[in-house]
Amino acid sequence: MEELLEILNGLHPDVDFETKESLVDGKILDSFDIVSLIAEINDTFDVAITAKDIIPENFNSAKALYALIQRLEEEA
Amino acid sequence: MQNNVLDYLEQIAAVKPDKVAYSDGTLSLCFGEVYHLSRSIGSYLHRKGIYKKPVVVFMAKSPKEVAAFFGVVAGGDFYVPIDEEMPNGRIQLILDNVQSPLVICDQDTKAVAETFRLDQGEIILFEEMAREAVDDVALGKIRGRAIDTDPIYIVFTSGSTGIPKGVAACHRSVIDYVEHLSEILGFGPDTVFGNQSPLYFDACLKELYPTIKFGATTYLIPRNLFSIPVKLVEYLNVHKINTICWVVSALTMVSAFGTFDTVQPEHLHTIAFGSEVFPVKQFHIWKKVLPQASFTNLYGPTEGTGMCCYYRVEREFGEEEMIPIGWPFPNREILLLTPEGKLAGEGEEGEICIRGTALTLGYYNDPERTAEVFVQNPLHTAYPECIYKTGDIGRYNEQGELLFVSRRDHQIKHMGHRIELGEIEVNVAMLPDVRMTACIYDTKKAKIILYYVGELAKKELAALLRTKLPRYMMPNRIFQIEEMPFTANGKIDRMALRNREEEET
Repeated sequence: MEELLEILNGLHPDVDFETKESLVDGKILDSFDIVSLIAEINDTFDVAITAKDIIPENFNSAKALYALIQRLEEEA
Repeated sequence: MQNNVLDYLEQIAAVKPDKVAYSDGTLSLCFGEVYHLSRSIGSYLHRKGIYKKPVVVFMAKSPKEVAAFFGVVAGGDFYVPIDEEMPNGRIQLILDNVQSPLVICDQDTKAVAETFRLDQGEIILFEEMAREAVDDVALGKIRGRAIDTDPIYIVFTSGSTGIPKGVAACHRSVIDYVEHLSEILGFGPDTVFGNQSPLYFDACLKELYPTIKFGATTYLIPRNLFSIPVKLVEYLNVHKINTICWVVSALTMVSAFGTFDTVQPEHLHTIAFGSEVFPVKQFHIWKKVLPQASFTNLYGPTEGTGMCCYYRVEREFGEEEMIPIGWPFPNREILLLTPEGKLAGEGEEGEICIRGTALTLGYYNDPERTAEVFVQNPLHTAYPECIYKTGDIGRYNEQGELLFVSRRDHQIKHMGHRIELGEIEVNVAMLPDVRMTACIYDTKKAKIILYYVGELAKKELAALLRTKLPRYMMPNRIFQIEEMPFTANGKIDRMALRNREEEET
């Protein structure tokens, strides 16, 4: 989780990612953010987020995103 | 001979009044409705005595916004699109520049519009203008007096001094562009466009005008779909979209994450991309899914009205190769000029300069910056002839195709947007407790990196900067450093910053 928060904070230092629950629906993350986010997550966690997982539900909060990473790690 | 973009709209509204022209998936407007709305808006402007003036359009992206554009033109005025995605500070700079007598807004934007400082301007709701009775006589007179070098729009682009530059284009150059682009990409009455670009850039000319030229249809794709690649492709299929002209980053978003394993475009046959280099690897993914489709690389600065060069990708490309920007559109010429103002020799690099009708009128209310780049053709002095110096460096390859090589200055292309790093720096430097700042661009990772010296916390800096810069100009990485590296002659050492960045990441 720490590593993920670090990536997110690198993207938007002024956002409190631990509490925000609507990162995509609230337009904090746009499509370009998501592209660079996925690239960094894939590098850091050695997972591969693919199109079918790129849905707002998985990116709306740090918690949801972390759950996605964990699921992908288990599947790998 | 056609001398006004409204000729397109009038003709098509007479022939296909009930066909959908523009839709955002929820609201659709037919050609007849677009035509009638534009007449009402034009009549309103006439009654208010607003003629040959810039009229700001500040609306949510929708078919109504497009109708507002045509309405402004029908009134003999020119439109200045601004958008909620722009931070208020930047909008204010634009309003200060254009001094518009009227801001057209809608229910979504009205509250924000009321916070702006308008020296003599008023705010009006689109819906109110739409109720105006059409004054055929007045509109006829306005058209009778119109000439094709009158402005049609002003769109704003990044300026290195921190003040955005308003590029004003006229009917002639837009018509020239629409005609040639349509021929090159093979648009027609059956074209169904899927628009991606915001309406406050000239990129949207590609869809908006061919739609009224041919009686085609444009879907304004909801922005959030570009974060959900599977749904985006499903949207293309549901609406039978067959033609897209997108920035490279939007195409990459779809291809890079295996979207095509889940869903594939069913109707797409024409794909154009531009504004930045399309990685050949991603291009191959698209080509494999759509082997029959045409793929065209487009290149051109806003100052040259839309796009200037095109390259239809037909031969094979290796992953290390770069897709050329190709050849100029008909009726425009590219001059590759050396710093001495001579034509570059064979294989030699030169600045890409544009000659022809495509040239826009220049920067609005800004003769100084206009004179820097819209200059006399240095190849002769026989008569006044303006060319536009793009600041892009290019060269021809062995096949005679033009290649983009680099920039002459600190302008970058980031996620399809043209950005002056200087504009970011100026805005950061104005923040409290910032002593020094420099921006670099990591081309490989497509990231804007900001370095600054000062007491302001990183978090506060980002929050403050967000009120001044559009989000696509926000730095992707911010580093607070003890001191700025300098070169021997006292300039900020960008090379040292670049090395530092590589070490840190």
